Amino acid sequence: MAKVVLKLGDDISTDIIYPGRFMATVLPSETPQYAFADFPEFNARLKRGEIPPGSVVVAGKNFGCGSSREQAASTLKGHELVVVAKNFARIFLQNAINLGLRLVVCPTIEAEEGDELEILSDRIIDQTSGREFKIEPLPKARQAIIEAGGLIPYTRQRLLEKKSSRPKI
Amino acid sequence: MAMTMVEKILARASGLKKVTAGEVIEPKVSLAMSHENAALVINQFLEIYKDTGLKPKVWDPNKIAIIFDHRVPAESSKTATNQKKIREFVAAQKIKKFHDIRGDEGGICHQILPENGYVLPGTVVVGTDSHTTSHGALGAFSFGIGATEMASVWALGRVLNVEVPRTIKVVARGKFGRYVLPKDFILYLIGKITAEGANFKVLEYHGPAIEKMPTSGRLTICNMSVEAGATSGIVPPDKETLRYLKEEAGVKGKIEIFGPDPEAEYDQVIEIDVSELEPMVACPHTVDNVRPVGQVGQVKVDQIVIGSCTNGRLDDLAVAAKILKGKKIVRGVRMLIFPASFRIYQQALKLGYIADLTKAGAVIMNPGCGCCLGVHEGALGDGEVALSTTNRNFKGRMGNPKSDVYLCSPAVAAASALTGYITDPRKGGK
Ligand code: SF4
Repeated sequence: MAKVVLKLGDDISTDIIYPGRFMATVLPSETPQYAFADFPEFNARLKRGEIPPGSVVVAGKNFGCGSSREQAASTLKGHELVVVAKNFARIFLQNAINLGLRLVVCPTIEAEEGDELEILSDRIIDQTSGREFKIEPLPKARQAIIEAGGLIPYTRQRLLEKKSSRPKI
Repeated sequence: MAMTMVEKILARASGLKKVTAGEVIEPKVSLAMSHENAALVINQFLEIYKDTGLKPKVWDPNKIAIIFDHRVPAESSKTATNQKKIREFVAAQKIKKFHDIRGDEGGICHQILPENGYVLPGTVVVGTDSHTTSHGALGAFSFGIGATEMASVWALGRVLNVEVPRTIKVVARGKFGRYVLPKDFILYLIGKITAEGANFKVLEYHGPAIEKMPTSGRLTICNMSVEAGATSGIVPPDKETLRYLKEEAGVKGKIEIFGPDPEAEYDQVIEIDVSELEPMVACPHTVDNVRPVGQVGQVKVDQIVIGSCTNGRLDDLAVAAKILKGKKIVRGVRMLIFPASFRIYQQALKLGYIADLTKAGAVIMNPGCGCCLGVHEGALGDGEVALSTTNRNFKGRMGNPKSDVYLCSPAVAAASALTGYITDPRKGGK
């Protein structure tokens, strides 16, 4: 079971997830402190460790629009949040998959803060409201990356394959 | 089978006869661009090589471009240290297309790439910046990726697992009216199809109004195509593309150009008559909240910004200088101008635009991203309003979530500097 800890609307930009003024901080080990920095209360709860891993952020359409900053994905990954949205902006979706942040595309999702969600492979059951919502699979192009555990291990694998297939000089 | 512009480019880059929308491919990259976020790319790149026994080496140092623009000169010791690390990496890996903080060759990445002839039609360009869509203006398939994805490109020279996008055809007819600019066209389009209207798709621009548009205007519309969610914007290369590359970007030798097949299949076709457009304004806090300038009401502005990768080019400075020449910016309004590159700065100096603008009261800042991303050089106070020719007005974009940002063309920006309110440039004198 996963609790909804934050409910957001449509078009949540990467400026909201990870404000530009913190962009000099780049390392995935350091970005989590600035997650939703302009929502000081939520940010403080994250920093105090009050939000357990696997908690859910629910959003509307076009989550992660705007800048390509990867900090927006690594800052949420750092807290092991799960994002359930009606749909995602392309670059954010790719960054999240590349870093292993869990995203769920759920075009009809309606849930409130405090709701307990059961996220299955094809649907979400909101145990609080009793409603069910269908999940859309992630783009098939990304499946191999998800299976490899992210783009870094996937690229490493490909690099080693390339190396071993090259004739020795 | 007939292919769109981007399908044709992707087929070539993948060594295939044809590709169709939805297919998964791994195209070769002709140019891979980063800016200060190369610091993160380097970190992820080294991570890929960890425990492999291989020496970290980029696939092709001639095809990587790194431009310092987001925080120049460094606004903090943290940024300065990141920039230092990048310089060391550039030297160690022998990366050629590196533009440091310099008054002769520096500027914003999306101006540096075109003006140096780094982008050629028909190629695949990627950048760790969402506005990498800009370079579609030269007929390339150019799109933004994240830092980890770029690290993968640096290692392999390909983008892994790209899904061939569908394309929306936009046909622009008619003639732009006085003080109606390419920026107004793209704001209108974003307002019409919304901020997610082209998500995962490409916007391919056609029609007489695009054919007559100089490359600077095409860069503006491709730049902001991402604000409709598009993976890329693209203008099929033509005579103007060749003129720009040869005369302005100094490209030598033969440039091969091709367009989409006439029977290519499009997701949808959008027709726009530009003669009917008015100057447009995007109101807070989303780029698709667009209205004609006459319908925004009485909005008092505190800071006006002309610049960025969207509207910091010579044509943009020219229109602002024309409106402000011999006049004074009203007291209580501050105007900041960021030329998109030092080359543009020098041209504007020569043509007298810089003198016209400063005499009117504008402050000329150093070329770079400046306050566009809210880090330095022009913060807003609580409750203040900015009117800007940049491309995003999200809450907090200019650094203060308690401020409002309106987006417009350089003509609207300059006309408003004379009144202190968002103003229709067609209302003023000649
Ligand atoms: S000028 Fe603004 S939008 Fe353009 S690259 Fe710089 S920060 Fe990004």
